[in-house]
Amino acid sequence: MSIDLLAPARTASVLSRANPLSKLASALLLTLALLLTVDWVSASVALACELLLLPLAGIGGGLLLRRGWPVLIAAVVGGYGSALLAPKTGAALLNWGPFLFTTGSLEAGVAIVLRGVAIALPGILLLACTDPTDLADALAQKLRLPHRFVLGALAAMRLVGVLVEEWHTLGMARRARGGGATTGPFAGLRASLGQGLALLIQALRRASRLAVTMEAKGFGAGPRTWARPSAFTAVDVAVLAGGLAITAATVASAVLLGTWNSSLS
Amino acid sequence: MNDGVRPASVRARGWGWRHADRPVPAVANLDLDIAAGERVLLVGPSGAGKSTLLHALAGVLGHDDGSDETGSLLVDGAAPAAVRGRAGLMQQDPEAQVVLSRVGDDVAFGAENLQVPPEEIWRRVRASLEAVGLRLPLDAPTSALSGGQKQRLGLAGLLAMQPGLLLLDEPTANLDPAGVLDLRNAVVRLLERTGATLIVVEHRVPVWLEVVDRIIVLAPGARNVPGGVLFDGRPEDVLGSAGSWLAGEGIWVPGHIPAVPARRNSAPGGMLLQATGLAVSRQRQANPSRRSSRFRRPGRTTPGATPGTAPGTTPGATGGQTFSPAVAGLSFPVLSGQALSITGANGSGKSTLALTLGGLLPPVAGTVAASPLLARGERPDPYRWKGPALIERIGSVFQEPEHQFITGSVLDELRFGPVKLGHGMDRVEELLERLHLTHLAEANPFTLSGGEKRRLSVATVLATSPQVLVLDEPTFGQDATTWAELAGLLRDLLDEGTAVVSVTHDSLFTEVLGGARLDLPDDGGNPPAAPVAVAASGPGTATTAGGSREH
Repeated sequence: MSIDLLAPARTASVLSRANPLSKLASALLLTLALLLTVDWVSASVALACELLLLPLAGIGGGLLLRRGWPVLIAAVVGGYGSALLAPKTGAALLNWGPFLFTTGSLEAGVAIVLRGVAIALPGILLLACTDPTDLADALAQKLRLPHRFVLGALAAMRLVGVLVEEWHTLGMARRARGGGATTGPFAGLRASLGQGLALLIQALRRASRLAVTMEAKGFGAGPRTWARPSAFTAVDVAVLAGGLAITAATVASAVLLGTWNSSLS
Repeated sequence: MNDGVRPASVRARGWGWRHADRPVPAVANLDLDIAAGERVLLVGPSGAGKSTLLHALAGVLGHDDGSDETGSLLVDGAAPAAVRGRAGLMQQDPEAQVVLSRVGDDVAFGAENLQVPPEEIWRRVRASLEAVGLRLPLDAPTSALSGGQKQRLGLAGLLAMQPGLLLLDEPTANLDPAGVLDLRNAVVRLLERTGATLIVVEHRVPVWLEVVDRIIVLAPGARNVPGGVLFDGRPEDVLGSAGSWLAGEGIWVPGHIPAVPARRNSAPGGMLLQATGLAVSRQRQANPSRRSSRFRRPGRTTPGATPGTAPGTTPGATGGQTFSPAVAGLSFPVLSGQALSITGANGSGKSTLALTLGGLLPPVAGTVAASPLLARGERPDPYRWKGPALIERIGSVFQEPEHQFITGSVLDELRFGPVKLGHGMDRVEELLERLHLTHLAEANPFTLSGGEKRRLSVATVLATSPQVLVLDEPTFGQDATTWAELAGLLRDLLDEGTAVVSVTHDSLFTEVLGGARLDLPDDGGNPPAAPVAVAASGPGTATTAGGSREH
């Protein structure tokens, strides 16, 4: 649930000790390289490296599937579509009416699946081993983003977990009033809209009370100190070097094997 | 020791404040001197501007267009907004008290804003958590805390700022009795430690009586009332001269128990609902058909099997395949004309049980079955009833009235249910009268006072004349006037044959309603076999559950 996502158990994993910014930079670099080409070699190399990194982020196979299944489904659907629509080169593998798959189109489809998963995985990795509070600290202290904005967003994110619970409560409270779906095709939609509006009202009122709490605690008055100094350490050097190495291996393998297929042209 | 805290003083001269878009000032003509280190209880009828004064002292009253300030209000001789951090403010909503996701970070937040050096912050964080009695790891998630713990967390955050003036705005309104005492004691320890000045707003005088050395009563704001201070002095003097007046204004004063008319007939009638081997949980079930195999069976609960796990939460990180219900193995009847009070510690599953009885949650195991008397042609399981069928049989009143408001005016709220059922509106007029809401018929429900919201939320549910009424903490945070009205209304309903089930921490309320009491065990304990009779204060209300006289 979103509550767990906001305050994940502090794990002893190596990557969770790295500064969020170095992880972000490495992930962006690799993602950018993968976006520039559509081929199965670069995607496979990147995917293999990412899977090897999973233990470093403290992610097991089960957690990966729970977090990543929507991505996997989207990638497979995208790959299937590509295989169906790609130029039909090579020998036919399946020819059944409008469904014609050739070795060439199948290769394109597989490349799309691998690439999709390889692009999404760094994001999942980053989320799993990064504490939102650490990220906010790094954004405000290292990137010098305005702390009013960063900490305000962080506090608002905490309320999201509260809202999830409130939604369930509102649903029951409205059923107890005889609200909720009854008859007609649009009754359900209308009931959900009403419930959404009620949730919005609750959210705004709570947010304004939270703003008073923050203001009363001296927030936004001027410069502040940071109880958790955001620092770069040797781990960050390793993370950046690793990110560079994986990106280089990805690009080099595709270029050397001649499969580099620029998505820009 | 005083941790280097310098208590703050307060001085008001002809001070007044009018919120934007309000014709009448919230506070007017206030003259007040509070010396450094004084402990003041601030009371007054609703609308006397107590919260406005506290917000002003904390320096967080927004100067929007149209708001109007008169006179002067000073903290340590300076404008409050200029010395923000000298005063620490706590509000009544525990959820709005917490800023960050981890306990240590949240306590540190205020001190960071005051530019305290990091090493000093962490020293203060540990000392503050210790002082408020929260012995939790610094990286514990704040979302797992109870309401009372959140309030104490907020207090620790204030303590870390080392304010000279502590402002508490109804800090115990949303807490159960144990939480109230824990918070009060934490405040006392804090004051002894720092010697800070205290101003607490609360309409339950007994809670703070031994803590404060002065009571100030504010006059209600009105167009032709001068406002300002009505009474001011030592607690015993103020209560001695103004105790009855305060009680009449709805303030809980020691020795003044609100009068509630006695019940006229108290024999319970026929059985309306029967719980059998019932286990309840708020967690949603992925597959209802397999539900009985996924949960521990009632009657086979293993006490202490998951130590340290809050009831209803997933034990460990096993992925949510199995979890223990909030409470299990309950069998009891709900009888016509009988009050049933569900009591027990926080987290014992009281609210979840109320939702299940109200047909809003499915049972995890066992059944809730409506008798033919109540079902009137519907199937026995209330959870399977459609909305209209439910509201003319079982009415559920939620703890937070705002959750149940659906329309834009008091009148529309009351009409909502009857219109759904295609009924006439005769009941609506009667309820407006009976709950003193007639003059508010056109008002927006969200703009009402706390007591008015509570009365409206009960009235909306009564508008469809349910035979069973389920209320979750109906008296939480209510003033004595609303309390007495509510108790009187429920006694009338009981006399008319309605079954009243209430989840409550309020022992006085339980006593006044009489009937039976079902005390839920703490986590892991064995459930009670049956409800027990309440030692009633009214005549002839004592009766055990299990009566079977049919109408």
